[in-house]
Amino acid sequence: MILLRLLARYLRPYRRTTVLLVLLLIAQTAGNLYLPNLNGDIINNGVVAGNLHYIIHTGEWMLVLTLVIGLFSVGGIYWASRVAMGAGADLRSAVFARVQTFSTRDMNDFGTASLITRNTNDVQQIQIFLQMALTMMVVAPIMGVGGIAMALHEGAKLSTLLLVALPIMGAFLSVVMVKIIPKFRSMQVKIDRLNEVLREQITGVRVIRAFVRSDFEAQRFAKANQDLTSTALSVNRTFAMMLPVMMVILNLSSVAVVWFGGRLVSEGAMPIGNLTAFLTYIMQILLSVMMAVMVAILVPRAAASAERVNQVLGTSPVVMNPLTPIVASTHSGVIQFDKVSFAYPGSERPVLEELDFTLKANSTNAIIGGTGSGKTTMLNLIPRFFEATSGHVRVNDVDVREQSLESLWTTLGIVPQFAYLFSGTIESNLRFGRADASDQELWQALQIAQATDFVRAMQGGLEAVIDQGGTNVSGGQRQRLCIARALVKRADVYLFDDCFSALDATTDALLRQALKASIRPATVVIVAQRVSTIMDADQIIVLDNGRVVGVGTHQELLTSCGTYHEIVVSQLGEDATK
Amino acid sequence: MSMAMGPMRAAPGPVRKSKNARVTTRRLLMRLAPERLRLLLALGLGVMSVGFVVSGPQILGSATNVLFDGIVSKRLPLGTTKAQAISQLNASGQNQLASMMAGMHLTPGIGVDITKMGELLGVAALIYLVGSLFNYLLGFTMAGVTQRVVFAMRRDVEIKMSRLPLRYFDSHPHGDVLSRVTNDIDNLTTTIQQGLSQLITSVLTIVGVLGMMIWISPLLALVSVVTIPLALGVTMWIAKRSQRHFANQWRSTGSLNGLVEETHTGHELVQVFGRSDAIIDEFNIHNRSLYEASFKAQFLSGIIQPSMQFISNINYVAIAVLGGYRVASGLLSLGAVTAFIQYSRQFTMPITQIASQMNMLQSGVASAERVFEFLDADEEVADSEVEGALLAGEDGGDVVSLRHVSFRYEPDELLIEDFNLDVRPGSTIAIVGPTGAGKTTLVNLLVRFYEINGGSIVLNGVDYRQLTRDEVRRNYAMVLQDTWMFSGSIRDNIRYGRPDASDAEVVAAAREAHVDTFVRTLPEGYDTILDEDASNMSAGQKQLLTIARAFLADQSILILDEATSNVDTRTEVLIQEAMAQLRKGRTSFVIAHRLSTIRDADIIVVMDRGQIVEQGSHEDLLRAQGVYSQLYKSQFSGVST
Repeated sequence: MILLRLLARYLRPYRRTTVLLVLLLIAQTAGNLYLPNLNGDIINNGVVAGNLHYIIHTGEWMLVLTLVIGLFSVGGIYWASRVAMGAGADLRSAVFARVQTFSTRDMNDFGTASLITRNTNDVQQIQIFLQMALTMMVVAPIMGVGGIAMALHEGAKLSTLLLVALPIMGAFLSVVMVKIIPKFRSMQVKIDRLNEVLREQITGVRVIRAFVRSDFEAQRFAKANQDLTSTALSVNRTFAMMLPVMMVILNLSSVAVVWFGGRLVSEGAMPIGNLTAFLTYIMQILLSVMMAVMVAILVPRAAASAERVNQVLGTSPVVMNPLTPIVASTHSGVIQFDKVSFAYPGSERPVLEELDFTLKANSTNAIIGGTGSGKTTMLNLIPRFFEATSGHVRVNDVDVREQSLESLWTTLGIVPQFAYLFSGTIESNLRFGRADASDQELWQALQIAQATDFVRAMQGGLEAVIDQGGTNVSGGQRQRLCIARALVKRADVYLFDDCFSALDATTDALLRQALKASIRPATVVIVAQRVSTIMDADQIIVLDNGRVVGVGTHQELLTSCGTYHEIVVSQLGEDATK
Repeated sequence: MSMAMGPMRAAPGPVRKSKNARVTTRRLLMRLAPERLRLLLALGLGVMSVGFVVSGPQILGSATNVLFDGIVSKRLPLGTTKAQAISQLNASGQNQLASMMAGMHLTPGIGVDITKMGELLGVAALIYLVGSLFNYLLGFTMAGVTQRVVFAMRRDVEIKMSRLPLRYFDSHPHGDVLSRVTNDIDNLTTTIQQGLSQLITSVLTIVGVLGMMIWISPLLALVSVVTIPLALGVTMWIAKRSQRHFANQWRSTGSLNGLVEETHTGHELVQVFGRSDAIIDEFNIHNRSLYEASFKAQFLSGIIQPSMQFISNINYVAIAVLGGYRVASGLLSLGAVTAFIQYSRQFTMPITQIASQMNMLQSGVASAERVFEFLDADEEVADSEVEGALLAGEDGGDVVSLRHVSFRYEPDELLIEDFNLDVRPGSTIAIVGPTGAGKTTLVNLLVRFYEINGGSIVLNGVDYRQLTRDEVRRNYAMVLQDTWMFSGSIRDNIRYGRPDASDAEVVAAAREAHVDTFVRTLPEGYDTILDEDASNMSAGQKQLLTIARAFLADQSILILDEATSNVDTRTEVLIQEAMAQLRKGRTSFVIAHRLSTIRDADIIVVMDRGQIVEQGSHEDLLRAQGVYSQLYKSQFSGVST
């Protein structure tokens, strides 16, 4: 059902072409149906009457008809391919554009891997189905109905045979389909499972070997492999029955035609040429049923894909632009958390509770706290990756929910925890946030990010190639490039989410110094695990279990905040607190 | 790429593409060898099936002849002979009809011989039934053959995975390896499954049908035979052109996939950096070229079918005309022509099928090549074949001794040279160094993920090359930076460290790693299933689980690779207490950023740019004023301000 609705929607722009396509296919099928009729004529009027002239004349006419049918078919394929591939491309584009509007929560709900599959493989499945449907699905009923009409025309009495053959075929097909479709589904699940095991074995190769668990993994794989094999075997064996049984029904039908038809002919109730034509028609009717089956086999898979694609298209992003966005009048970069709480949907305990503080403009604000204390979650509320459950987050004195997303995002420069670069060059990555930045600005940003040396050393400098994700540079280099990318953007607020972790202490210190000296006026927010990274910040906010347990400078917090004291001792030793 | 330690294998040189495809095809066929008996059986079943099905129309044709004979006979006056009837016709100038009748079995005046027709039709029905039964048996057998072949192929890939050196996984993108063992194997499976049995029946049907056609009428058969090269030629011509567009289509799909993956992965960055519109534009450019390529591929491959039909229709017309002429001249019976027409229909179908299978086969061979490449990759030197193992001269009571160890990742860059390290039981070795200094290299050597190029590593007094890799690794428990979990319950993941541990031991280990409380807050507790990539847990929680796993493994040597860098500081204090407990009587190698772990280590190994630059105790190294003292000072520089 979803499949049909989806197809109907995406075929709409191609309605004219589709109509043309159907007309062509009708013409082609009609021609193919008429051909045996001519053959019957050759036998009735030519062979039986011994009229050679008639045979040749009709032969010429058949040849012309054949040529016309051929042209119609080619036209049909042409338009079918245009429509199917076109609608597929439209669908792909629509899914992609929709995902672009998704909020972080939508992304998490679907999962990145799943969204990729939906955008490519699933659309591909629908596209393949559409291509088949547009040709076979159109031809099959026309051929079936036309075949029946022609069969009736050739011999009405003989056509009663169809009343027996068709239901038998239909019954058999429905039994097979009912049996095989769930098996198909379960086979797909088992293929996925096998691939999952393989994926885990590749990503976990170090752990598997370190714990000497290759045998266990081999067993896990063997089980998945055995499972898949036995299901696939059962599917294929059921499938092996399909064609022979169909052929038996088809062939026994022709035997019956000759038997009953023969009696009619011998009684003089039907000319003998009609019998041969009838034989061809009955074949065509049954062939059309088989064609429909071939498309029908694709239906479950396409329907599953359509459902998955439709879920994406039917999801409105959790975070949306306000109807009447307010434009901030200041660009100081000040951020206020006003009694902000956040809980994941469906979870009882809030991750963040009653956060109430101001991240000051033109200064360095640091957030520190243990794993699970909510640091990253807090940061994610600022760009509205997550929505506060209650309270207000204000950027430039306007609630983030009252600003348009575009203008909110323009004010922010973000360096995520997970350093990610896009395939291209160093240059294209640095210009990611501001396409018109000058080379000088790029070098400036690299300078601050302590990345000048290695970028210069790289083949091509700014034009050095970066692989997807930035896998061809080291973790620390990646982090520094991500920092430079954010700096190039020229934002009011810079959010650094624990992005100094892969840097050694020397680089870390140099970078922070350069940062402090050069990016004012702006609000800098640094989330970190290492005390050394943040202790010279203008303001440090200590989070513990989703609550603020301390706000102040390093010296202030050492005396006022127990949690902070504890962190410092654990990292730097007792000496550092004095 | 081959390991310096083992026998060098010549890298396969660049081979010509066509030859490669041929070699691959041959290797693919070799994979069918264990199934040759069943394949022979299948061939036999195929011959029987085709034989029966093919003879059907011929018998049906005979029945039509009986019918036609009867009708003509009935028109002739009763009591005359066939010869009389013919001469009468000749006399009245109807030479054509006369010659046609000469070729018929006529009994003037008598109508259709229903009994004979019934008998013939009965035989035909039986033949069709038996033929289809054989066809079913063929399909049944082939399903078994293909599944067994594919099963073995997948099994071999799995075995290969366990034999590949870590070097392979480190030097090949995971995505590519994964694609080979999943997508390519899947594609290959489909090819074998659908291609093989269809190919058998298609070829047999062509042979069988051709035989029948020649038997009925060599002249008409000649007409049909002419259409074979025509059909094949046209198919090849189109296939060759569409193949190019198919290649384009897959290339475009690849780059589109890449873009989608990249964009979705960096989703938030794309949004915040205001790149959504630009990326949608870029997507549409790729999407457009994918559309163009796939349209051309679909259209071109799509016209194979109508072209075949066109050729088939021409063939049909030729047979109808020529056959009609032959019947009218009495050289051929009507039944023979009817049968022939049916045969010619059956004839073009397998040719079209072979054409479409060719397309599929081509992509299957391409996949097979990638799978074989994987299966051919250099394996780890077998445990028994490692040369150069020698007994340690003296057993100084060290747990691990590295003697004159040298190692390199690439043949021309020596990373570690003449490195010596003696590790006393129960001591802690800290490995430190700036980012990218190659701190994991040492671990790679200790647990023998990589083989050393020179010197020896002695484990409990035995040169570790005398042990199997598994024996070496059984001495270690590791907590790696990579918090890998497999999709299974938390309990099973902790138990990964020691499969025979009891539930109580699992809980105890979890408690020591301070993850017990957290696990208990989950609705399913220890039975919570971790999904793929364990994305339902935070990095810190995953880290704790890997620590619990190591606790449970309970080995004499610990390796902690930046293990605690993701755990919050307060938990870390507790972990370090537990670690200290665990380290009692055990030896540990710690790769850490934290000074607290480094300071009380017995030996600190300092690495820089992949090389070991310093080694000694905290005090020794500070005094040396080298890399370590610099590192140490910079980390503490903040305190003084």
